[in-house]
Order: sequence, then C-alpha cells, then structure tokens
Amino acid sequence: MSEYIEHDKNGVSVGVVEKKFFTFAKPPDEICLESGAKLGPVTLAYETYGTLNEDKNNAILICHALSGDSHVAGYYAPSDPKPGWWDIMVGPGKGIDTDRYFVVCSNILGSCKGSTGPCSINPKTNRPYGLDFPVITIGDMVKAQKRLIDHLGIKKILSIIGGSIGGMQALEWSVRYPEAVASTVALATATRHSALAIAFNEVARQAIMADPSWKGGNYYGGPGPDTGLTVARMIGHITYLSEEAMREKFGRRLQGREKFSFRFDADFQVESYLRHQGSKFVERFDANSFLYVTKAADYYDLPGQHGSGSLVHAFAKARAKFLVVSFTSDWLYPTRHSRTMVQALKKCGRDVSFCEIEAKWGHDAFLLPNDRLAGLLRGFLARVFFDESNGKNAF
Amino acid sequence: MRFDLETIASFIEPGATVLDLGCGDGDLLYFLKKEKKIEGIGIEKDEAKVARCIERGIPVIHGDINKEILDYPANAFDYVILSRTLQQVYDPAGLIHSMLRVGKKGIVSFPNFGHWRVRWQLLYTGHTPVTRQLPYEWHDTPNIRVITLKDFRKFSRDTGFRILKISGLVMEKENAGGRVVRFFPNLRAAYGIFLIGKKLPYESPDS
Repeated sequence: MSEYIEHDKNGVSVGVVEKKFFTFAKPPDEICLESGAKLGPVTLAYETYGTLNEDKNNAILICHALSGDSHVAGYYAPSDPKPGWWDIMVGPGKGIDTDRYFVVCSNILGSCKGSTGPCSINPKTNRPYGLDFPVITIGDMVKAQKRLIDHLGIKKILSIIGGSIGGMQALEWSVRYPEAVASTVALATATRHSALAIAFNEVARQAIMADPSWKGGNYYGGPGPDTGLTVARMIGHITYLSEEAMREKFGRRLQGREKFSFRFDADFQVESYLRHQGSKFVERFDANSFLYVTKAADYYDLPGQHGSGSLVHAFAKARAKFLVVSFTSDWLYPTRHSRTMVQALKKCGRDVSFCEIEAKWGHDAFLLPNDRLAGLLRGFLARVFFDESNGKNAF
Repeated sequence: MRFDLETIASFIEPGATVLDLGCGDGDLLYFLKKEKKIEGIGIEKDEAKVARCIERGIPVIHGDINKEILDYPANAFDYVILSRTLQQVYDPAGLIHSMLRVGKKGIVSFPNFGHWRVRWQLLYTGHTPVTRQLPYEWHDTPNIRVITLKDFRKFSRDTGFRILKISGLVMEKENAGGRVVRFFPNLRAAYGIFLIGKKLPYESPDS
C-alpha cells in the first residue's frame, strides 16, 4: 500500500527516525506459538516517536497491515525520497500527535522488514527458515508485541491503533491483554475474514506457489518467485480499490498508445498500473512472508478463539474504550463487519464509538489523507488520555 | 445553553448514565458531561455530526436510532433522551417501548402543535402553520407528524407508560433562554418536555 505514501503538504514531520531492534525468547526460552510450535530467538524491528511521559500513560501502539513495516513516519535520512507509510497521520500536530503521545510501531512477526520471519536465519541450520518457519497467527504477533511493550516499560497502552490486518491485532490486544489497553481503534477491519477475503488471499498464495521459482519456499540465495508475487500483489490491489475508484482512476483509458496493440501488452491504464504495483512490490517484500501473513489473517477468528463462537462473550473480556471506523466503498472489509463488532460491544456494555466515513477509494481509504479520520483520532485520543490521567493532563 | 436542553438537564441527577437518541453535534451530552459528570453516549445518523461528537470527546454511534437502540441490554442507562425528534419518528410506540427497555427512565421533548400561535395561524390564514419551532413549509418538512402536549398524555395512557413530570416551555428566542409555563401549557408552551417511566406495577416491558 506504499504507493499512497505522501509528503505532508505542510512539511510537518517527526524528522529523522531510527529503526531499532529488540531480541527475546532466546533458546531455551522460546515463545510458544498458537500452533504448538516453539520459536526463538525472536527479533522485532520497531520505531518510536515522541516522548514517553513520567506516568508512562501516553503510549500509542500502531499496528501495520499486510505489507507495512515499523516505519510509520519520518525519514531515515534527510535524502529519503519518501517518508514512513502513515506520515500524513502521525507527526507533530497531526491526528496522532507526536508532541502529545509516545508512538510505537513494530514490524509484525512473520514479516520481512527486520522482524523474525521466514526469510530470517534459522539458528538450527544457519540458513533461512523458508517453510520451516512455523505458521503464525494474529495472536502470536500480538504476543510478541506485548514483549516489546513490556521491554519499553509500558504497563498500560493509551491506544492501540490499526487498520485492516493491523485492526485485527488491535482487537486481539483488547481481549488478550485487557488490563494493558486503555483504548482500541479499529479501522476498516473485521473480527474474522469473510469467505470472499479468504478466497482472494488463497488465489494470491496460489499465484506464488505455482511459480516454479518458489521451489517449496527454498528460493533464498537464488531467483525468487517474482512473477507469482507480482500476480499476488495485483490481486491485492484490485481488492483495495472500489469499482468507482477504478472507473475514475483508469476507466478504459489506454496507456501510452492511441490504439490497441493486438498483442498481450499492457494496453489499458489499469493493466499498466497493476503490473507496476506488482513489480514494485517484489523489490520490497518476501514471497514467503506474504504467505505467512495472509494465512494468519485468514485464520483470525476473534469470536471463535476468545468467545466460544460468540463475539459478545469475546468482547466481554475487554476493558478498553473502542473507536470503530469503516469506509463506505470498502468491499473487502465492508461496514457490515464493523457494525457486527459495534453491536457486540454495545451488548456487553463497552464504551464504543462508531463512524462510517463516506469515501470512494475502497479499502485503501484509511491510508489516504483524510481530515475527517484525523479529527476522529485526535478527539478520541484526547478523551481517553483525559480519562486515563483523571483529568489532570487535559490538553 | 439552549433552555430546553437546560430543562432536560435539570431532570437528570449527577453521575447518571445517559443515551441521547439523535444527539446531533452532542451539545446536550457535552453539557451534561461537564455540568453533571454523567456518562453518556449518543446515536446520530449524520456523518458530519457524528464526527463533531467524537472530535469533542463524546462517544457516539453512527446509525439509525430505531435500529441502534435495540442492541443495548435492558436497563443499560438511567435515562434515554429523545429531544426534538419524536415528530420525525416512524413508529413512536415502538421507539418509546425500546427507550423504556434500555433505560430506567425516558425524557421526550417535542414542539407543541397545540400552541395558540399554531392554532391561530391555521384559523386565521388557512395555511399550514409555520412557527419558530416548526419552521418548515408542508412540502419541505422532515417532520412526519405533529403532536400536542395533550396528544402525548393520551398516548401514554393508550400505550402504557407513565408520565412522571411535564415541563411546558416558552422559548424567548430559538436556541436561547426561556421559562416554564405553569397554566394552560397545551395552549401556551412552545415545547413540551416529558419525563417518562415504565408502567406500574414495576415490570420490564419484556417480561
């Protein structure tokens, strides 16, 4: 989703930031995964912005989606062509204000942006894990994040904020560690994937696994399944947009030509766009990580795992205040999913706010500049912070 | 603060839990939170108003009051408020039933169609009355019904809920100060505010 990364129009930024690493669960103290497998050592790449206050009650954890990383905002070097993936929302005076809050984001377990994943070296073989990497779940990702938060000395997080798969992690936090979460912001997400979402993920995974260069996941050191990963990303991009967005953005316009080529070139702009996004993705993402993270999202089932099938029972464990946001044209995580969540939260007496934002850009709307969303986050966070500090730290 | 909202606030004791149906920008909840330390939440259908509520720290659900109220457990709130909205509700009996299920008490306010100015306009001009409280022409009004204070009393007897308190209000200017009228409220009050309760002997409408 990084094609949306934009520079702040007012030039406001957290400035130069640094990627840090935290390693834990060294053998024999490996972490126990939901599948029963053990994993260790585990490294999480993370970044922090702003300052943790004396009471340590102004920490915000941002959970990224499928292809994101710990680099939410700012630049690694002033010469970087692009800032972090949510620079429009995170920074001084922005929706998530780094002058007020201490913001943390870590790369998820199983990813390939500095945290332990299938492309990391397996200490037992001194070679990349490949498919020897155990299948992980959203719960496992959250468990690892909890270790990082403990390491940073934070007992209670002011807010866990995430969109899409990041939203799943935010919801998981609220029921897994209820005492450690003051509030949860779930953007364009669901408590479990629909058959439609699983179907698209499966087609994308099949595209990777059908690529002869995938070699059962053992492609490290040689050419990888670039074609498969490209197709997987192209499928993803279709689901992130809406019919209206596609009509407006591309229509049937041709790319760099007046007439059809009568060959299988990218005649249409939409073809050219998808090919471009796909091939750009190959440069920055590992195909095996794509398999693991999408599988974790498909397995995710909050009511199944925490409420014996009942979402009300699952949310009854939570103590956080909730802000749920959906977008009108998002058909991958439609408003219906958010309403189901809100309904269950109301039934078990949780403090919940919900807003469906009118937006034509489909699922990706949550990553685009959006004053409405920035306002919602600013107001909601200020209220939670006011409540958490018993009114004495009102802004 | 609008006088009608101030009057509603006077019905509510400090620290109560409140659900405001059709809460708009959250003016009443904001006032109640600040002055009475209530815990409140609103339901509102307009996205911009929902956003305004959240921006100022008021919890709110974006949606239709008739549907959204159904999810709350019985007696989840001390008060459920329906302010200046009854005249737009499709099924008033159903909604009031829901209000008194999820709330221990309800507060309902609406513009009084029995006001002398309304009666006089219809009698004297022959046109559908247009007043400060009901400022629309017949063809552009969002209101699907008109109600008098007397109507609402009869409605309470017919549908089976109790009226615990009535305030008939005269508003000096719309959205400003006002006073409570004691005599002939159905003729003199521009607004009626009713505190309502469940039917006696005490039983949940569901049981």
